[in-house]
Amino acid sequence: MKKKFAYYPGCSLETMAASYHVSAVEVGSKLGIEFQEIEDWNCCGATPYSHIDELLAQTLCARNLAIAEKEQLDVVAPCNACYKNLGHANEHLKEDKDLAEHVNFALEADNLSYAGTGSVHHLMHVFVAEGFDAIKAKVTHPLTGLKVAPYYGCLLVRPRAQGESRETEPRFFENLLSAIGATPVDYPFRFRCCGGSLIATGRQAALGMLRDLLRGARQAKADIIATGCPLCQVNLECYQSEVNREFGTDFAIPVLYFTQLMGVAMGVAPKKLGIGKELVDAKPVLACAARARSAAKESHGSKVGKS
Amino acid sequence: MWKKPSFSDEITNEMYTTGTRGLNCCIQCATCTSACPAVAHMDASPRRLIGMINAGLREEVLGLNTFWMCASCYSCSEHCPKGIRPSELMYVLKRYSIWKNASKEGLVGPDFSRRFVRTIMRTGKSYEPGYAPAFIFEGGFQGLLNEMQMGLKLMSKGRMPLLPARIKRVDNFRRVLSRIMPLDGIE
Repeated sequence: MKKKFAYYPGCSLETMAASYHVSAVEVGSKLGIEFQEIEDWNCCGATPYSHIDELLAQTLCARNLAIAEKEQLDVVAPCNACYKNLGHANEHLKEDKDLAEHVNFALEADNLSYAGTGSVHHLMHVFVAEGFDAIKAKVTHPLTGLKVAPYYGCLLVRPRAQGESRETEPRFFENLLSAIGATPVDYPFRFRCCGGSLIATGRQAALGMLRDLLRGARQAKADIIATGCPLCQVNLECYQSEVNREFGTDFAIPVLYFTQLMGVAMGVAPKKLGIGKELVDAKPVLACAARARSAAKESHGSKVGKS
Repeated sequence: MWKKPSFSDEITNEMYTTGTRGLNCCIQCATCTSACPAVAHMDASPRRLIGMINAGLREEVLGLNTFWMCASCYSCSEHCPKGIRPSELMYVLKRYSIWKNASKEGLVGPDFSRRFVRTIMRTGKSYEPGYAPAFIFEGGFQGLLNEMQMGLKLMSKGRMPLLPARIKRVDNFRRVLSRIMPLDGIE
């Protein structure tokens, strides 16, 4: 049976991170996963909603969860921040009946109610849950020789779920990259913050944090950085030239979504994955894809020759 | 007999939904500070901030930029050996200072947050250019030019819309939110 999720794109995937959206859908269809967009979804509140009022922040998330519940589908969010907000609101509301009652009183005004029957997943978790072998089986153009820094960011792994051991060092991103034939480099900054909204509210702090991440990727000899978060992608890529201006550096490291890499490895045309919308050219990935294509042709040719 | 809650009580009470332990169990070990990637840009480190709250230094705390320099990366909360979640404390102090209209002068954060929330309340979706006035003039004329240049580049790549998006049931959405708090208090 085809797997189906309530898909919560989040605001960035309609604008800055449009390539994340198209590549997520492409890879989903390759893996036999259907994403049904949550009807009339609203913003998850990012961080600023919690700066004004906690209950308001929970209510924003609950509206999306309630619409997904109507379809009896679990929610998948591609953005780290949306994932954390929706996931945490879901946990809080399940635990706290008074809070849920209050939120439900508000949701009535849009003929909705939240019962807490669904769960929230990050897009990367959903793909990883398919199993690395299943992913490998779909790879036709392995990204051989492409050195990738797996940048998890913060909210994919923090704050950790209750009771989950702090010693657990996730490696699912590295394993995912290996499954598509790429080489994950040892990237010590993989869980370090990109600065998030500090890029707007504390520019100097954010640029310093970005410099550390970029320098780390260069020291690890990564060709590119891969991420599963639109905010991380925009900060690391679009503000790379400002980091260079500020610190006199010369970084030119492409920053792509993991879904774009998966898509390339599964033989999807780069353009269909939104590759080409970067401010830092994705050359290393395109070169690798071209090599993979000619290798695929050759091996196909030799197979035909043998038979 | 009724006793006026101390500043530390007030802040701890505000942290009630977050599952954190009270600030009074802080042992000042500075694990939070060493886990913080933004600490170099803070007036006072997270450790010092907690110490100041516990000492009741309300005015001094509200005069710091510390909590507005927090990027909510949760690194401190992950590592605190006493189960305090300083990242939640930062949220609480942001809220508290916005309510009391008592933030340090010259910070971008409070204005940015207000603009963001207002935008969502009106349309249900985020729209980056709408918050730009909060920070676009920070870097002087050159900063403004750089920012506009990037906006144009993103636009040419189809990554920046000219107009804000809107959800369909915006009226219902606003009714939902107004059942939580009066919207005219924010708008």
